[in-house]
Amino acid sequence: MKLKKTVLLGATIGGLLAGGYASAAEQFIGLPSYRVGPYAAGGSALFGAWIDYMQMINERDGGVGGVKLVWEECETEYNNARGVECYERLKNKGETGNSVFQPISTGITYSVLEKVAQDKIPMVTIGYGRTDAADGRIFPWVFPMVTTYWSQASGIVNYIGMKEGGMDKLKGKKIGLLYHDSAYGKESHAIMDKLAAKHGFEVIKIPVAHPGNEQQSQWLQIRQAKPDYVILWGWGVMNPTAIKSAAKTGYPREKMIGVWWSGAEEDTVPAGSAAKGFTAAGFNVAGTNYPLIKDIEKHVYAKGKGNMEDKSRVGGVYYNRGVVSGIITVEAIRKAQEKYGQGKALTGEQMRWGFENLNMDAKHLASIGATGFMPEMQISCLDHEGSGKVKFQQWDGSKWKVLTDWVDSDKPLVRGMIEESAAAYAKEKGITPRDCSKEM
Amino acid sequence: MFYREAGQFKASYQADQQIFPIRQDRVAVWALIVFFAAVVPVIADQYWLKAILIPVLIFSLAALGLNILTGYAGQLSLGSAAFMAVGAFGAYNFMLRIDGMPFLLALVMGGLCAAAVGVLFGLPSLRIKGFYLAVATLAAQFFIVWALVKFPWFSNYSSSGVISTQEISILGFVFDGPTSKYMLTLAVVVVLALAAKNMVRSSTGRAWMAVRDMDVAAEVIGIRPMRTKLIAFAVSSFYCGVAGALYAYTYLGTVEPEGFNLDLSFKILFMIIIGGTGSIMGSFLGAAFIVLLPILLDNFVPSLLGDLVSSSFVSNFQLIVFGGMIIFFLIVEPHGLARLWQIGKEKLRLWPFPH
Amino acid sequence: MQFFLEVLIGGLLSGVLYALVALGFVLIFKASGVFNFAQGAMVFFAALTFVGFQEVLPGWTGLEEGGSAVFWLAFALALVSMIILGILTEKIVLRPLVNQPHITLFMATIGLSYLIEGIAQGVWGANVRGLDLGIEDVPVEWLMESSNILVSKFDLVAAGIAGVLVASLALLFQYTKIGRALRAVADDHQAALSIGIPLQHIWVIVWGVAGFVALIAGMIWGARNGVQFALTYTALKALPVLILGGFTSVPGAIVGGLIIGASEKLAEVYVGPFVGGGIESWFPYVLALLFLLVRPEGLFGEKHIDRV
Repeated sequence: MKLKKTVLLGATIGGLLAGGYASAAEQFIGLPSYRVGPYAAGGSALFGAWIDYMQMINERDGGVGGVKLVWEECETEYNNARGVECYERLKNKGETGNSVFQPISTGITYSVLEKVAQDKIPMVTIGYGRTDAADGRIFPWVFPMVTTYWSQASGIVNYIGMKEGGMDKLKGKKIGLLYHDSAYGKESHAIMDKLAAKHGFEVIKIPVAHPGNEQQSQWLQIRQAKPDYVILWGWGVMNPTAIKSAAKTGYPREKMIGVWWSGAEEDTVPAGSAAKGFTAAGFNVAGTNYPLIKDIEKHVYAKGKGNMEDKSRVGGVYYNRGVVSGIITVEAIRKAQEKYGQGKALTGEQMRWGFENLNMDAKHLASIGATGFMPEMQISCLDHEGSGKVKFQQWDGSKWKVLTDWVDSDKPLVRGMIEESAAAYAKEKGITPRDCSKEM
Repeated sequence: MFYREAGQFKASYQADQQIFPIRQDRVAVWALIVFFAAVVPVIADQYWLKAILIPVLIFSLAALGLNILTGYAGQLSLGSAAFMAVGAFGAYNFMLRIDGMPFLLALVMGGLCAAAVGVLFGLPSLRIKGFYLAVATLAAQFFIVWALVKFPWFSNYSSSGVISTQEISILGFVFDGPTSKYMLTLAVVVVLALAAKNMVRSSTGRAWMAVRDMDVAAEVIGIRPMRTKLIAFAVSSFYCGVAGALYAYTYLGTVEPEGFNLDLSFKILFMIIIGGTGSIMGSFLGAAFIVLLPILLDNFVPSLLGDLVSSSFVSNFQLIVFGGMIIFFLIVEPHGLARLWQIGKEKLRLWPFPH
Repeated sequence: MQFFLEVLIGGLLSGVLYALVALGFVLIFKASGVFNFAQGAMVFFAALTFVGFQEVLPGWTGLEEGGSAVFWLAFALALVSMIILGILTEKIVLRPLVNQPHITLFMATIGLSYLIEGIAQGVWGANVRGLDLGIEDVPVEWLMESSNILVSKFDLVAAGIAGVLVASLALLFQYTKIGRALRAVADDHQAALSIGIPLQHIWVIVWGVAGFVALIAGMIWGARNGVQFALTYTALKALPVLILGGFTSVPGAIVGGLIIGASEKLAEVYVGPFVGGGIESWFPYVLALLFLLVRPEGLFGEKHIDRV
């Protein structure tokens, strides 16, 4: 609200100075954020960064193609019912209504999954949400972009293979899967079973009951089973507790690999020195040494317009993840403007086209100053995921250090599972898949 | 003056046994029903129907269920959300596994599943009382959610544990728009609310209240506490179960077990405490209050405070105000909003000559 | 056998930490009959305030960062905050609600927990912080070498602190004037008032002591898992302890904690695999429930006799 007003004011003053210049077009973006309760630690950085990035674009470039970005937050408390209310409230705001919905909550994603198609608002879920929505033929309005949980699991196994010196070395190995005992954690099972069958390793699945602030029994079990690696598929307090309990039971942290919701400063800092050596996957990296983060510092924080209360969190894993949300939103607007023209607000339908034709290759990433920050990706009608690659970072005791280049997933296997699952959904709901050869 | 029952004579037993014996009440209830059934769908936009009215109705039903158990039968429960989950997943599985299952029947069956589970977890109430019972019902809360996540059969082996509800169609009419879903929800809620109103003044309801006020005394005068308490658990869970099924079918469309968490149970408990325990109308008022207050705060607080403080503080401030308002209401009117209504009625009766 | 012992000892030690949180509930319930659900929020608030002061104090006072002066000053300030919180709670929330049904008071404390959580995160921000008490969380070496049994040093120390705390509280209750007054209030508010015990003062003291217990619990749990919102969930671990041990008994909290801690770990390890694991979320509650069927007032609770 505050920012919206400031932007409006800025636009008005700018208009007066330009001498009778008609009020600039505005692209409205609804932000279903959460900043209270157990999810606040992630939410404040994710949404703060997203806002900072849009603010930077406004400050530096005067918006996208002459269109100012405006936004409004709506507090969801990470609660599905509140999320639906926010979705409905934000839907018709702004000139052309809400142009993209990114709840950053799998529960809310599911709750509005069918509504977005009816209302023609694209929903982008980066690193969470419904995995099989990557099949764009069946889910035209949903974009589980960059990478999905299944690609990530496969990427982690590929990384373990790399460490062992070849995928054939995985045969006979034992991989522990310490997962959050919820729908989120169970998402790992099917893909890990498939990968285990393919590569001949054994998966030891160990659930941790929510919230996971006590893991004595789990780690004693791990101590008994002696797995070669442990994949930490955790959330929130479960992560530092797992790292600490690993230290307590003498399990080497170098052999622990976290998923992207287990690999932020919020997960390692509370674990103190125990976290040193812990490795985690991520579709974005930490650090401020990227041109676009520098621009945020220069154009936003230097002017005192930053959204983060604690500026030291800029450049953290969650923060940079929020920047990815911002990048993708802005780049989709840019793409859609190529087709539908600059200088006016886009509708949800036009934005959808922008997302579907997003092509962020190395050159494009370099042009926005995000080389190495996030993987290259290309979205198409068929593939709404676009990349499926992850990088691995290691905690050195005070910061995340990038270990690898982008590690790819087992595309044919993951894609096969996605298509199978999406087809089942289409059959259940009576959806006829789009014919992608007729799109464009 | 406006609310005077003097002069209303009942000439038959039937007239004496109506649900609303006072004419003004009858008129008011009918007016309300007509308003919500005929006027609201015309004037309310999609936002109001989808995001406000449907959830308020559904939570009213859940609160009504808990009110039967806590307000009328005096048994404290912190597991209402879990019983809602049983209703939602029950209805889903009946619809899924039986071809041509009529929706309303699935709704009832979902409610009955919840009732059966409710009776099971109600059994300890025969020996355990007060807060010990409340904490014991948390066993139901955690166990049910755990079981729904753990056994994939319940969610038809979906990889994420989330169920996506089937289309609702009754006698060939498909309920897919917000208005039709709202009407369906309203119909179910009105029928069940009238049934509850009727039930609490029947011998069952009187037995509940006797047990609530003093179960030993109730036993002495010949009320079987076991039967009475278990019926209360069954009926209450049935209401919660139906509310849960509606929550899945007419409101969210897709639900996950974790959505029915302890926090939701607390919210439902708040609804009856704020609305008024032992009052059907209180359940509606309480549900409206608890659903609307945070939305109201989120609409107004940012524009009031937005320029002064960070957005994180704005969100936290809303939580502070929400907590503060609850405490405030408990202090000013510990008997709930329903009590305020009663006071209002009394005033209307005496006005303009209060002495 | 070695594995069994490991699990058992680990469970008992965790149990003591559950008891530490349960203790806060018991104190308040005993003295004022309030089932204070905000205890979990108080644990969070206390730990966050402590860490928050640790962060800002060096900037304010110029003291050395991470030094013991900062530690104790932050501790003192956090304690003062908890006592102020207790006094305000008593004055603003509880006093106007005297003589209301228990459930109304209970709901008021849930409202209070929203309030406290909002204030905590509003003032100090939502960041997750680490907390280092200087006790290493590593296995005790001689046990490891002699019998290959793994026992955490940190858990031992934490259990020791909890033990000292409980013993001193028990002494306070038993042998001091305040303790006698507390027990009198717990027995009968009216009678205590009529013999001239200042009820309000007693309540303030009890809330202050509960705040102190919350601070200790928050620091220990915060050092284990980080100072973050999840500290409020420690209350959920404490509830089964509470009903098992009885709402009104300090030793009950400890014994209940030991039973719950040990049995939940053993169940997870030995029963869990047969039903898919993750049973720690509900097992303690079911155990407590089954136990209550035999003894409805908990292990050490006061027997309640119904009269017509």
